[in-house]
Amino acid sequence: MTILGEPMENDNNKNYWRANLKVSAILLIIWFTVSFGFGILLVEPLNQIAFFGFKLGFWWAQQGAIFVFVILIFVYARIMKHIDRKFGVQDEED
Amino acid sequence: MDVQTLTYLFVGGSFALYIGIAVWSRATSTEEFYIAGGHVHPIANGMATAADWMSAASFISMAGIIAFMGYDGTVYLMGWTGGYVLLALLLAPYLRKFGEFTVPDFIGSRYYSNTARVVAVISLILISFTYVAGQMRGVGIVFSNFLDVPIDVGVAIGMAVVFMYAVLGGMKGITYTQVAQYCVMIFAYLVPAIFISMLITGIPIPQLGLGAEVADGSGLTVLDKLDSTLVELGFGPYTDGNKATIDVFAITLALMIGTAGLPHVIVRFFTVPKVSDARKSAGYALLFIAVLYTTAPAVGAFARLNFVDTVQGRQYSTIDSWFKNWERVGLIGWLDKNNDGIIQYAPGAPFEGAPRFSNDPGPSGERKVLNVPTTNSNEVYVDRDIMVLANPEIAGLPDWVIALVAAGALAAALSTAAGLLLVISTSISHDLLKKTMAKGLSDRQELLYARISAATAIAIAGYLGINPPGFVTQVVAFAFGLAAASLFPAILMGIFSKGMNREGAIAGMVVGLVFTFGYIFYFKFVAPADNNAEHWWFGISPEGIGALGAVFNFSVAFVVSRFGKPVPSEVEAMVENIRIPKSTPPESTLASTTN
Repeated sequence: MTILGEPMENDNNKNYWRANLKVSAILLIIWFTVSFGFGILLVEPLNQIAFFGFKLGFWWAQQGAIFVFVILIFVYARIMKHIDRKFGVQDEED
Repeated sequence: MDVQTLTYLFVGGSFALYIGIAVWSRATSTEEFYIAGGHVHPIANGMATAADWMSAASFISMAGIIAFMGYDGTVYLMGWTGGYVLLALLLAPYLRKFGEFTVPDFIGSRYYSNTARVVAVISLILISFTYVAGQMRGVGIVFSNFLDVPIDVGVAIGMAVVFMYAVLGGMKGITYTQVAQYCVMIFAYLVPAIFISMLITGIPIPQLGLGAEVADGSGLTVLDKLDSTLVELGFGPYTDGNKATIDVFAITLALMIGTAGLPHVIVRFFTVPKVSDARKSAGYALLFIAVLYTTAPAVGAFARLNFVDTVQGRQYSTIDSWFKNWERVGLIGWLDKNNDGIIQYAPGAPFEGAPRFSNDPGPSGERKVLNVPTTNSNEVYVDRDIMVLANPEIAGLPDWVIALVAAGALAAALSTAAGLLLVISTSISHDLLKKTMAKGLSDRQELLYARISAATAIAIAGYLGINPPGFVTQVVAFAFGLAAASLFPAILMGIFSKGMNREGAIAGMVVGLVFTFGYIFYFKFVAPADNNAEHWWFGISPEGIGALGAVFNFSVAFVVSRFGKPVPSEVEAMVENIRIPKSTPPESTLASTTN
């Protein structure tokens, strides 16, 4: 598949993909930690802690995780825009 | 003006708005019909996605379910929001770059196989019809309870409205109507929530009110008061769960990946202009959804508190009128087990099944329930679905709030129904006809078929709404389980595993689909008596089994792909292309596709 003169672009795309995977993996670890971690697996120990009138584990499960989900997506969109530009693969600007 | 006149006014006004938008945004090409021409602004698309996604279940049922499940209601809150993170990070940008019309389109092209495409169409249709039947039932409930219209007339009116904008406007009409519906829905949800939060805690923001002190001088917070009140009545504490941790985990996961795999949600990201817009748009969608989803647990807790306060230990003859209103439509039932004329609310079902009423009133003037009583002391039957609808009445809010809630519930049900009907009709006209059975269709003919299939789908959905199969609520597990176990893994591997071939993907989808379908079918229909943790695999209930189905899908796909033929080079090039946002394909891709 590699034709003469192309390995450079291919390498660039590969590095871009690797950077993308790294960002996604880190954000997904946070996603898992706040929802399945704090909200489900660790809910009982966290419930021993009071947090603004909530038990902390219960708060993560019914409020906190959802706030973090929203933030994660906007952070992802932001970082990827930066990475797109860095590797010169951004979609056209409007 | 009385409640009914106000309700007619609000519902009629909102319907007129939707129809006006439909006429203004009529679709003229298949591209407009399927993906609104690909020109929708990310914020508008975010609102439309939110309305599309939040169904009668989110608006009407969820807070009621949370009210009665307490902590266990978490599975819906996190499960139905967390999927958007997966969608935004793992699917939406790449599918937008792929740039076709439907989910089966992607699966068919990526796995270079019409068999894969047809398997995807089958799961899409199963998922979407299950879902749409529930919406139409929601429409019927609202009409019959608020407007005193028989359920079938209500459903027929709902069908006519959806017909107007889905069949005429296609995705374009639906998108802009959904933007309006989101606004109606969220306003209708927040207004009563703010009122009730003010009444109970004095704090106008429900999300904060849930953690605040109850304004009755007791010094207890809402959740503490709820915990102690319920424990006193013999329930478990509100903030603790009854479900096993593994089941909570599995259900949450199944709902999350099911959400990310739902075709009517995915297809919304085909409508924005660019890859970067798809990412942003998912963020806006979840932001708009989160407004309702973080309010719901507060609504649930307040509702439970109010419900216990106004019902427990009250003489039936002095009970508030809302109790009798909902008793009249059969969604509340009271069986005076100890004949003292006082309502006793306690854990457990008061009797088996839904109430059957006698024509003669009971001794206290209640609708006499004929069911055989259970041995526990609970006398109250309450359908969880009424909590959101009855909440304003229970809290004694003004009539216009009650009317607003009716309009909001209809907006929620209709917006989701339209989105579902569109993906059903698209998959028939585009994937089954144009791409598989009648390849020579012109754009105009295809558009005509798309409209005919949309009209047919609406008729079937309406039939299911008027004659709801008794198992509508039972089969909701199907929709998410099937999406989780069939579509999500196939799409994910299509993007992230370049070596995943046709054989692996088809085997994975079929195994995921058959296993999940079989498991749910067995426990819901074949052996419902065995539907408990003792008989479940690893303690996972049918609601959560999609998570395991997805694991099977991935495993089978990877094993089988080792034995299949390698992926053709033009498909590899396509995968490389969708991974890069830039729209001009890199030269290596061009070179290999022309080889």
